[in-house]
Amino acid sequence: MSLTVTDLRVHYRTLRGEVKALDGVSFTVADGEIMGLAGESGSGKSTLGKSLIRLDGRMRHVGGTVELDGVELPVGDSAAMDRFRFSEVSVIPQYSMSALNPTRKIGKMVAELLASRGERLDPAELERRLELVGLSRDVLGRYPIELSGGMKQRVVMVVSTLLNPSLLIADEVTSALDVSSQKAVARTLLGLRDTGLVTSMIVVTHDISLVYQIADTIMVMYAGRLAEKAPADVIVTEPRHPYTRLLISSLPEVGVRQADKRLSGIPGSPPSLLDPPEGCRFRDRCPLAFDRCAEQPPFTEVAPGHSVACWKAA
Amino acid sequence: MTAEPPESVAESVAESAAVTAAGSAAVVTVRAPRREALYFALRNGKLVAGLVVVLVFLLAALLVPLTIDYGPNDYVGPAASAPSGEYWFGTTTFGQDVFAQFAYGLRATFLVGLLGGGLAAVIGMAVGFTAGYRGGLVDEILNMITNIVLVLPALVVLLIVNAYLGVRSVGVQALFIGLTSWPWAARAIRAQTFSLRSRDFVDLARLSGVRTPKIIVREIAPNMSSYLFMTFILLFGGSILIAASLDFIGLGPTQGVSLGLMLNNAARWSALHLGMWWWFIPPGAGITAIVGALYVMNVGLDEVFNPKLREM
Amino acid sequence: MWRYFGRKLLIYGLTFFVAVTINWMIPRFMPGDPVQSMLSRANIAQPEAVEAMRAHYTNLFGFDLPLWKQYANFWAALLQGDLGISIWVFPTPVTDVIVRAVPYTLGLLVPAILLSWVAGNRFGAFAARRKWLDNTALPVGYVLTATPYMWLAILLAWGLGIVAGVLPVAGAYSFAMEPSWSWEFLGSLVEHWLLPFASLFLVAFGGWAIGMRNMIIYELEADYVHYLQSLGASRRLVRRYAFRNAILPQITGLALQLGVLVAGALVTEIVFSYPGLGHLILKAIQNQDFFLLQGTFLFIVIGVLIANFVIDVAYVVVDPRTRIGMGEAA
Ligand SMILES: Nc1ncnc2c1ncn2[C@@H]1O[C@H](COP(=O)(O)OP(=O)(O)O)[C@@H](O)[C@H]1O
Ligand code: SF4
Ligand SMILES: [Mg+2]
Repeated sequence: MSLTVTDLRVHYRTLRGEVKALDGVSFTVADGEIMGLAGESGSGKSTLGKSLIRLDGRMRHVGGTVELDGVELPVGDSAAMDRFRFSEVSVIPQYSMSALNPTRKIGKMVAELLASRGERLDPAELERRLELVGLSRDVLGRYPIELSGGMKQRVVMVVSTLLNPSLLIADEVTSALDVSSQKAVARTLLGLRDTGLVTSMIVVTHDISLVYQIADTIMVMYAGRLAEKAPADVIVTEPRHPYTRLLISSLPEVGVRQADKRLSGIPGSPPSLLDPPEGCRFRDRCPLAFDRCAEQPPFTEVAPGHSVACWKAA
Repeated sequence: MTAEPPESVAESVAESAAVTAAGSAAVVTVRAPRREALYFALRNGKLVAGLVVVLVFLLAALLVPLTIDYGPNDYVGPAASAPSGEYWFGTTTFGQDVFAQFAYGLRATFLVGLLGGGLAAVIGMAVGFTAGYRGGLVDEILNMITNIVLVLPALVVLLIVNAYLGVRSVGVQALFIGLTSWPWAARAIRAQTFSLRSRDFVDLARLSGVRTPKIIVREIAPNMSSYLFMTFILLFGGSILIAASLDFIGLGPTQGVSLGLMLNNAARWSALHLGMWWWFIPPGAGITAIVGALYVMNVGLDEVFNPKLREM
Repeated sequence: MWRYFGRKLLIYGLTFFVAVTINWMIPRFMPGDPVQSMLSRANIAQPEAVEAMRAHYTNLFGFDLPLWKQYANFWAALLQGDLGISIWVFPTPVTDVIVRAVPYTLGLLVPAILLSWVAGNRFGAFAARRKWLDNTALPVGYVLTATPYMWLAILLAWGLGIVAGVLPVAGAYSFAMEPSWSWEFLGSLVEHWLLPFASLFLVAFGGWAIGMRNMIIYELEADYVHYLQSLGASRRLVRRYAFRNAILPQITGLALQLGVLVAGALVTEIVFSYPGLGHLILKAIQNQDFFLLQGTFLFIVIGVLIANFVIDVAYVVVDPRTRIGMGEAA
């Protein structure tokens, strides 16, 4: 088992109270698995991604554990996490376009970053990795401002995976790109796994149709909880959770890009995470809701590799 | 991505730095919901402390002169006496009441800050909005003018103007100060306007045929109101400091009394050598307290409006 | 890059032009007959001085000439370095009076600006996000930067000069000495220089420290910092990058603050009777020496323009982005 997350709870501290952005999340990602993480905006995808590598200033680890390759990650302790970052868990952030220090040449920045981690830079290896994503070694002598958006994105992909992490988190890496670059990025992610540079991967997206092309499994989140996780084609062809079904049916056609339309097809909106209601969080919008839904449905395996949190799916 | 014209990095960075130079962090307008802003405002120590200091001095300026039944320059007491129960801040070499001068001087200080800072803010907004919104040639020209006034050392220009034309009142002094101290504000506002200009709600207004001035007043200004307010505060403080320097050099208003003029008199009549510390400490302390409180208030506001800067 | 310098030079050229024009125009706005009023305001005893002045003023204003001609003559005189004759130290040419004072002002201003900038930035960066330091040093910084230059000068002169009696408070060297290249004289120069320097330095230091502290806090929230932190970069590296990027707006800030710093130096000199340009300005005003005042004005403007240009060059050296295609200036 590569990654095991158990009952993870992460809150945001705000004035009006704690936003329960991650409220008891348990799942596993196997070695070599590429897991797509989908759900509408605000469902907690980025929070989950960040929780596995670096909590930002307002996030608080409330409970639950994260285990990677048999070792528990100290997710709540930023200093202790440093040892695991980059080498065990790494990230391609949502803001790749601005992730590089604007006043350092890229090569120099990479060298300094590695040095600060006590790692040696192997220039030949770095060049080989750049070649893999179609960049020449020249980029190392350039400043970020001299690169196009797509080039910056690829540089970040190379940098993030330099230490061959067990787990790579890619957060909305395609949303800022045009369709052809998106395809290229998707192929690159696949390549990283296939060449063994990265063991497993979580690809965060609101665009199921894109992630479907590379993901082995897809996990769907709703309002800070898990709704469903299954092999990618199962999610697309036989979803069991009513939310996933609505999500899939609102796609015009699998394989065609669907912009973030905020699920205009599903009436209503997700509950506030400040003070979420008891029971199933999808209840207000669920066409199948019944009495029992006032009780929280467990996230249980309904078929091999297929888990759902819905009373109707069991 | 942004609609900025091809302009050097140095310049655009300079714009964000303009405010910094005046003592605040570079600001990105982040619109916090009003209730949240108020909540933070009341709990922000810097903002509250700064505001309290400013208000105390403002009240003193407004009320204390009402309780004194002689003028600030009247020779009312014994000469050169140290602070006492009767004359709280002592008297000058000529027997003028330093406390009375201080109280009246505070009025001049607030007045010059309000009028000078206000005028500079108005000019800065007019130039900044127009340049930022219209772009093109208008922007080029306004930018050129702004840069010229920016590099001219304001105090030295004011020296020449005041020396030749003579300045009789605080109002005229404030007028000249306002005319010379707007450029950094114009640059900062211009940069902010640029970034707002291409937003959806502005496009919408433009497409529905709303006229430019109305778009600026209705759509753009409200979206950077916190920023404008902070700019005004800095201009306010800046005007006070410039006026104090002018008064100190002897080019202040020829009528009335001001804190800078008190310093001028104290220095001119050798208060230092005579050890009359009560003559020169209050006016300088007053200016420092007011301007310092304004700056601290500004940082507080910055934290209220820009959540990134808040310490958790 | 050349376009950038071209633009800057154009602005500085225009600024100089505007400054000269202001200098020419302002006297013309004076109420009444300027020549007469200036003569009467100057109230000097020597009749030959009065005559010389009348000749000069009449020539300067040249009221019988068309306006453009007056203006052209003004420029012609200026370009020959003729700024008129000083009344205060009649009959020394204004240019000579100023040239004698300039070294004193530069000697105060240049070290005060450079040292306060370097030290303030270092300190501000150090204090940022270090709670106890931030909470104690920050208020001090704000008080310093809000202090009128002349007031701090007065306080230092009073406290260290008069009450404690450790340092002299007037002049650039002991009145008992003649300028010479002796150690004794140099010692006296330094002794007299210390207090005015210290008061300039302190006020400016407060401003830079606060500016840097705020910039660092801002930078530490930048995306590139979050990325580095996500990859477990050391705190040292993160701070080094943040400092390096925060210094850029501080360089621009230096250009923006030049006017204020110069003004600070002028009033500080007045407090310490330090014989630089500020002292000249005071004397010019007290003696209604308008030529001297105008000449000093032009000298200061030229100095500020040169300093601006030096800063522009420094910026290009420090910010790599200005040296490459200016395309994506985000
Ligand atoms: N800095 C923050 N402070 C408070 N709440 C936040 C913050 N960031 C995100 N949230 C809340 O946490 C929830 C999950 O957000 P996020 O993980 O960003 O969702 P997603 O990536 O799926 O769009 C949302 O309800 C959002 O409002
Ligand atoms: S548990 Fe009930 S409300 Fe929730 S998704 Fe299933 S049927 Fe709908
Ligand atoms: Mg997200």
